[in-house]
Amino acid sequence: MPATKKSQTILGKKIGMTRWFTEEGKNIPVTVIQAGPCRVTQVKTVESDGYAAVQLAFDELKARNSTQPVIGHDLKAGTETYRVHREVRCDNDAESGAFELGQTVDLSILEGVKFVDVIGTSKGKGFQGGMVRHGFKGFTASHGTERKHRAPGSIGSHGTDRGHGAKIKKGKKMAGHMGDERVTMRSLDIVSIDLTKNMLVVKGAVPGATNGDLIIRAATRLWKPKARIQAKG
Amino acid sequence: MNRTEVLESIVSGQLKAATDLPALKIGDTIDVHYRIVEGDKERVQIFQGVLIAMKGRGINRMITVRRIVANEGVERIFPLNSPRIAKIDVIRHADTRRAKLYYLRDRTGKSRRLRDERRGATAKPVAKAASAKPRTKKVAKSGAAS
Repeated sequence: MPATKKSQTILGKKIGMTRWFTEEGKNIPVTVIQAGPCRVTQVKTVESDGYAAVQLAFDELKARNSTQPVIGHDLKAGTETYRVHREVRCDNDAESGAFELGQTVDLSILEGVKFVDVIGTSKGKGFQGGMVRHGFKGFTASHGTERKHRAPGSIGSHGTDRGHGAKIKKGKKMAGHMGDERVTMRSLDIVSIDLTKNMLVVKGAVPGATNGDLIIRAATRLWKPKARIQAKG
Repeated sequence: MNRTEVLESIVSGQLKAATDLPALKIGDTIDVHYRIVEGDKERVQIFQGVLIAMKGRGINRMITVRRIVANEGVERIFPLNSPRIAKIDVIRHADTRRAKLYYLRDRTGKSRRLRDERRGATAKPVAKAASAKPRTKKVAKSGAAS
């Protein structure tokens, strides 16, 4: 089984979680993802754009609910109007050149792939304190602690903090907005693929709420045991 | 198809056919034949007890079986659709008025027992379940009370 390619990527939507019984009778949590069918709406080459990439479109939309630029863009590829457009970087022109404008990409692109990375936008948690956002321990409930039970503690000392001046270090972990950011779940096992229904079943959870948009690609970094399984094919 | 229907259709292949399992009723005394894999060997363990609760739908259907081991109540929750459940035998039906028999947890001694299903053709215990215990007496007693 050859190494996976960057372009082995598809767009999808989270349907929800359920359980799955493996052949050994193990009971595993799985996420069902509607993956594709996608259309190729743009092919980028080094010559034309400076890099090689394929733009995929997913989730058809009524033209009247879209905008003129998007309608025109999709029309150029000879496709209907789509809601989601995502670019997939390719290693070289040969890889992106294998795609044609308007071509349909479905789950068969993941043939031979055992593990996938799933990228999505995590659920927004709003403004959260240090304990929730970064797992700070807080302070004791008693032993003289007053009004500081969930406080983050010291965030820096006086002006002699060499190299940083009297300012707080950039990136210091503090309270703030949490969630609603791009999250990649790496190397999830593919449990099942249903080509007729365009449904992909992966082990474990994926980022975001149900109906959230996802990018599913062949896993890019596998730890050794999984890499061995992938290599065996 | 809405979201739930899609999820159900995806796992529908894993559901057991209606013929694979007997019709279970709350209060039934059942034998759960559970496959246990030890290394490469496989054996079947039988867990006999009273079916005190059924929860969930479809692939998530769970049964709770309670039995008394060495004077200590033991409850096991089985996923009904698990391939590890080789078989379920119904040993005895009982007459119950509740969907969840959690009150059995607080009962001790004779009061722990459930009435047999009364009257009619189904009153006969399923397999060779003719219990040697004075079950008839119990029936008469509770009948008088109601």
